[in-house]
Amino acid sequence: MTLKECYAALGGDYDEAIGRLRSERLVQKFVLKFLDDGSYDLLCRSLEGGNQEEAFRAAHTIKGVCSNLAFTKLLDSSSRLTELLREGGGDPEEVGKLFEQVQEDYRRAAQAIQSFREEAEA
Amino acid sequence: MERATNKQKILIVDDSEMNRAILADMLGNEFDILEAEDGSEGVAMLQRHSMEISLVLLDIVMPKMDGFGVLTMMNKYHWIEDIPVIMISAERGSSHVERAFEMGITDFISRPFDALIVHRRVVNTILLYAKQKKLMSLVADQIYEKEHRSSLMIDILSHIVEFRNGESGMHVRHVHILTETMLTVLARKTDRYHLTPTDISVISTASALHDIGKIAIPEEILNKPGKFTPEEFAIMKSHSMVGAEMLEGLSAYQDEPLMKAAYEICRWHHERWDGRGYPDGLKEDEIPISAQIVALADVYDALTSERVYKPAFSHEKAVEMILNGECGTFNPLLMDCLRDCADEIQTELGNDNALRQNQREMQNVARELHKHEELTASERTLELLEHERMKYSFFAAMTEEIQFEYTVQPSMATLSAWGAERLGVDEIIMDPEHNEQAMKLLGRENWQGLADALHATTPGNPVVTYDCMIHYDDSEARWTRIIARATWSSDEPPRYTGAIGKAMDIHDSRTQMDNLERMATHDAMTGLLNHATAKKRVLERLKERPDGKYALVIFDLDHFKQANDTYGHMFGDRVLIHVANKLRQSIRDGDIAARVGGDEFLIFLECKMEIEPAVERIYSALTGRFENFPISVSMGVAAIESVGADYNALFQAADRALYTVKRSGRGYFRFYDDSMENTLSAISPIDGGQEAPPSAQTEKGEC
Repeated sequence: MTLKECYAALGGDYDEAIGRLRSERLVQKFVLKFLDDGSYDLLCRSLEGGNQEEAFRAAHTIKGVCSNLAFTKLLDSSSRLTELLREGGGDPEEVGKLFEQVQEDYRRAAQAIQSFREEAEA
Repeated sequence: MERATNKQKILIVDDSEMNRAILADMLGNEFDILEAEDGSEGVAMLQRHSMEISLVLLDIVMPKMDGFGVLTMMNKYHWIEDIPVIMISAERGSSHVERAFEMGITDFISRPFDALIVHRRVVNTILLYAKQKKLMSLVADQIYEKEHRSSLMIDILSHIVEFRNGESGMHVRHVHILTETMLTVLARKTDRYHLTPTDISVISTASALHDIGKIAIPEEILNKPGKFTPEEFAIMKSHSMVGAEMLEGLSAYQDEPLMKAAYEICRWHHERWDGRGYPDGLKEDEIPISAQIVALADVYDALTSERVYKPAFSHEKAVEMILNGECGTFNPLLMDCLRDCADEIQTELGNDNALRQNQREMQNVARELHKHEELTASERTLELLEHERMKYSFFAAMTEEIQFEYTVQPSMATLSAWGAERLGVDEIIMDPEHNEQAMKLLGRENWQGLADALHATTPGNPVVTYDCMIHYDDSEARWTRIIARATWSSDEPPRYTGAIGKAMDIHDSRTQMDNLERMATHDAMTGLLNHATAKKRVLERLKERPDGKYALVIFDLDHFKQANDTYGHMFGDRVLIHVANKLRQSIRDGDIAARVGGDEFLIFLECKMEIEPAVERIYSALTGRFENFPISVSMGVAAIESVGADYNALFQAADRALYTVKRSGRGYFRFYDDSMENTLSAISPIDGGQEAPPSAQTEKGEC
């Protein structure tokens, strides 16, 4: 699997990422690093624990990282979740639905990166 | 550890490690990267490294303190004036951007960003600021140079006058020092003349020109040894007006504060407070304060220097003559100043020669340095500071000591790495007073105690030693000695700005001391006080409140010798410990209980009501059984109301009452009364370890 194919699998825009970070080496380095970032776990934990403020910050961070790496699909769902959580507002049912979407997109991204990593290491 | 590097430093403040890594990767080749994972850590980094940081990349949304919080702090402490900030955020709301610019950021980059653009903007901003900083230090150096040159010119000019005048060459210098010293005292004493530090410096510099008009006085008059004729005196007096006119002629510089002060001084330094001076006959505060001060300084120095017409007077004599009004009349407030700083003046003038020599040498060194290194003065200062800081952090890392630094603004404590680990806390603690970790460690009471002690210090005596219990590493509390030095600003009056210091574990030596003290004051076997200490405490009590309703009780165990003989000494010891425990339980907190020796004990108690019921209660608590041994006691009581507030009398009376009990069958208690006046003692003078002496035995039953 090439990096480009990985991007296709996780629903991202490879050309945009390369265009901004200016080097395939950098993009690859940070894509691989993506799975180590704790923000997704933090988001899950704080939503379960009902900590809206922390959930907002976590979603906001995911959104920032995704936008830098041009993970378009996850960027879209995490951006919407961020806005919903801002100022602690948001209808719980709607938050739940969007969170499911974020989970789905994240898993998809994680799976793609995981297989890319395995192949790269092999 | 500090790395030796010439790269400029960039501080990245972002809570996402990933975001920091992306930025660090893009910029790491050209710059040194410092990272902070939230706003408060960022502020701490700025506090530590502010002089070295060339740029801050700042996120907005962060835990603990957000980007706006960081900007607020940067504004509060004026860091924003020297350190450019580029904000990077996915927040696009125009209100955010606008607010950030209002708070002084240089640039705003929105996420997602283009690596090339970030890189370019960072480099541009740093270049721009570097240029500005260089210009600033150039200007600062030039101002310094200009001031240095102008005071040099003034010195030369005034020396010409002095030379012509046949004076020592020190007069101008002395007048300068006297003027400066007295003005400083005056400004401290009153704000009537609105003297700022700049005013003081300007007036002191201008004082050198006070006699400039003498250049126009013919030399025969100027240096005439004898008395002036009225005509000559009139010519001599013209020097003040002439000097003023000379300065007035320099029309291009009329707005300079130095010029203004020099004019006042030249024209009016011979006016008198009572209005009888020249040339204008001004009186009291019509005379500018600059001229008043210089007039006084001039007179003082003239008195203490040798002149063609008079010998030099001593400092004391000169001050006395001025205060007595023998040399003109002066502002009473200035006379006070002269009186206040009489000692200071003498030291200042005494030090002056050595000081000048020193300064000259320093200037030579500075000039040499300047030639060899292309460094500006401010860069040299920074380099020295950096060197000191490096030295300090190196030694701090080497020693196994808890060292700390505390600043009031912003409220922040910094610990040495080893110290932080030993205490189990962070190296940097923001706002320790409201930090749970710090308060748990030190305790609020100690925090306050230490803060009070440091506040109470003075710049001249800033060191405090404070012993307290500290909870190391979340567990044990240990005795710790904190030696701290308060730091005071150089403002007038000085401000308390924080403290530096170290904490030493003195637990072992302290507990050893406590143990020794305990051993010296307590009976080792029963843990009760020993006789000597009990006596001391009773005496203290009697001295504190002589009118209390006290009683002194002495008791011993009946047939104790049998316990020893029948069951052995080990058992006997256990009986004594048992009785001591019972005794401890039956007395109240304020009462004093001691083992006098052997099986004899002493109690000193105070009763608000009747004494007898209290004694009876203790008596019955003590009697009973210990294992198979029946415990019975004989007790003598001496009440202060019948014996008086004297320890020896009380002890003797209780002893006699005890003897009376022993003699009449044991096993009860008695109060001393006058009928016992001639009885014997129950306690042997050596250790009282035996039963009553033989003579007592034979007399038994007579009572």
